[in-house]
Amino acid sequence: MLVSTNIIKNREVVADDWSVLRLNEGDSADSVSIPAGKVIVPFSVWNARRAQLLERAEVGVWLGSDAQADVVKDDLAHFSLVAVDFPKFTDGRGYSIAYNLRTRLGYNGELRAIGDVLRDQLFYMQRVGFNAFAVRADKDINDALKGLTDFSEKYQTSWDEKTPLFRRVQRQAVSQD
Amino acid sequence: MYRYDQYDHLIVKERVAQYRDQVRRRLADELTEEEFLPLRLQNGLYMQRHAYMLRIAVPYGMLSSPQVRMFAHIARKYDRGYGHLTTRQNIQFNWINLEQSPDILAELATVEMHAIQTSGNCIRNTTSDELAGVAADEIIDPRPYAEMIREWSTFHPEFAFLPRKFKIAISGAEQDRAATAVHDIGLHVVKNAEGEVGFRVLVGGGMGRTPIIGSVIREFLPWQHALTYLEAILRVYNQHGRRDNKYKARIKILVKALSAEEFARQVEAEWLDIKDGPATLTAEELQRIAQYFTPPPYETLPATDAGFEGQKTDNKGFANWLKRNVKAHKVSGYAAVILSVKKTGVPPGDITAAQLDFVADLADQYSFGEVRVTHEQNLVLADVKISELFTVWQAVKAQGLATPNIGLLTDIICCPGGDFCSLANAKSIPIAQAIAEKFDNLDFQHDIGDIELNISGCINACGHHHVGNIGILGVDKDGSEWYQVSIGGAQGNNTSIGKIIGPSFSAQQMPVVIERLLNVYVQQRTEEELFIDTVQRLGIAPFKEFVYASPIPTGYTHGEDACVY
Repeated sequence: MLVSTNIIKNREVVADDWSVLRLNEGDSADSVSIPAGKVIVPFSVWNARRAQLLERAEVGVWLGSDAQADVVKDDLAHFSLVAVDFPKFTDGRGYSIAYNLRTRLGYNGELRAIGDVLRDQLFYMQRVGFNAFAVRADKDINDALKGLTDFSEKYQTSWDEKTPLFRRVQRQAVSQD
Repeated sequence: MYRYDQYDHLIVKERVAQYRDQVRRRLADELTEEEFLPLRLQNGLYMQRHAYMLRIAVPYGMLSSPQVRMFAHIARKYDRGYGHLTTRQNIQFNWINLEQSPDILAELATVEMHAIQTSGNCIRNTTSDELAGVAADEIIDPRPYAEMIREWSTFHPEFAFLPRKFKIAISGAEQDRAATAVHDIGLHVVKNAEGEVGFRVLVGGGMGRTPIIGSVIREFLPWQHALTYLEAILRVYNQHGRRDNKYKARIKILVKALSAEEFARQVEAEWLDIKDGPATLTAEELQRIAQYFTPPPYETLPATDAGFEGQKTDNKGFANWLKRNVKAHKVSGYAAVILSVKKTGVPPGDITAAQLDFVADLADQYSFGEVRVTHEQNLVLADVKISELFTVWQAVKAQGLATPNIGLLTDIICCPGGDFCSLANAKSIPIAQAIAEKFDNLDFQHDIGDIELNISGCINACGHHHVGNIGILGVDKDGSEWYQVSIGGAQGNNTSIGKIIGPSFSAQQMPVVIERLLNVYVQQRTEEELFIDTVQRLGIAPFKEFVYASPIPTGYTHGEDACVY
């Protein structure tokens, strides 16, 4: 059964018809039942059931925070979306995974943050390349949306901003007197 | 010193608004304490034993007089009338209300200050040499590079949730005064054979429970590549640093596990991808920032002054102060003055609102309106005319900031310890005070000469005990406070980690322990030999033997605490 929930995508709250498959204890990637419809499978399931999943029109994959972006390097064309899981919002590995997916591997599709996704991390997440956010279900998604606009300027480069402030603008001290 | 432009102002203003709303959401229970914790830490707000503590960033230790006056104002309005200088060149206030913390940030923003990334698992405030720009032994002024690193690391989106805190220090002089070898990244500004400026890059140093001296992973990195290379180091660390055990999460553990060579290889591979990209620094940007660090309008002065020479001869107190608290300057007729925030009877690094106002006025009058914070928790007036030193000394003396003990036994580096810090296993301030009282005799201290006594109240080593010539570490044994002593540690160009001399002591025993260590030194030293030299020559054995040779009274007469052996 598909439950439509809301996510933030491209800075808007939208309905989402994807489901995320997570392996429970005792499940194995080889044998777990993959739901019908649009499903985001763990990378281990993709790896084990590649042939079967390739038959689907649309498939997504999610990477754990301990993964390297490189593992999906050769398969990116098959995915309608790639998600990165944040098991805890304090686990920052997903930021580097996203950065590498976007910059090094040139992934241009939907990049979604899933898991412990909270308002106060969204600004940083969008900077490294996430454009979709499955905000944790107990949080107000409309409130979380505000997190995308915390700052209007940034010093350094990342995926969203290829030019550092010092190359982008003429800078000069402003007198406070 | 660096002045904000419209972009710096905007970013800091937006931070205040963001943080104010985070506090509001916490108070409204929209954020749990667990969710709020890393947010407030990245804004320097800790929950301590009694109250919140707010740590304010002092980028590379540089302050203007209006900023110092703002500290005095904060101390009066929001705290209990004083602040505490930290070993990372910052200042912190110990009695803060959560509800008022956004207002403090708003007030700080009016003088180009903030508390961004002074705590939390992110890139912390970059530290540097307190004598940068004035030191006689300086090769290149490191401050423009420190400022470029400040901007790059501020809200870096990829590195805000690292495995652990991350500290960078930069030094540009022959003598390393920034403890670069015990930082996650240490940068030495150097010139190569062609005279080009670059960095020697050390990585994986640190203190805490596993003290390690940083390894050089690159002998020469052209300065233009500073930020891309740092980015490569941080990316390798973010992905591969341990997250399963917070005590093994610092980059030093990763570097040790991989070996410095392998770590360097991974960084170079990562760097190849971004090297020469848009984040490469430009001569224009260096020039823009360097213009804020140009020399102040020095007068052309003779190397000395007749009046000054007379004052020096006539007044022993002044001569002592000159000897210890005044440092050579690269400009003729000027000197750098260190204000000792280590008066006996006062917790090391604690400074009152009145003293802060006084220092700001003094800086305006005698030192181009600038003040620096040292990592030994003192303050510096970097540009004082030699002819005015006597006047400055008299004024400073009246404020209790002229104790002529810089570099001496009572210039103790000391963390806040169990009196404030909720991490501490033991108190450290009373230990520092008891030692300072016992050795208050300045003649004795001057005779002992340069010695570093560092005290930490717990294994996190905020008091840098590992690199103290004498290091004291507070430990908890069965619910009571004990102190472990190490000797032979050193910071600077010959950084070394101290060795523990044996079983720990009670608080009451500590002054006698120090006395015994010093006795061995006084008896064994050769002429000209400092305490550290004697320890290095003889090893710890003779010290250990004498310290433990006979029982030291504990103040306790019965029970478990009666004897340490």
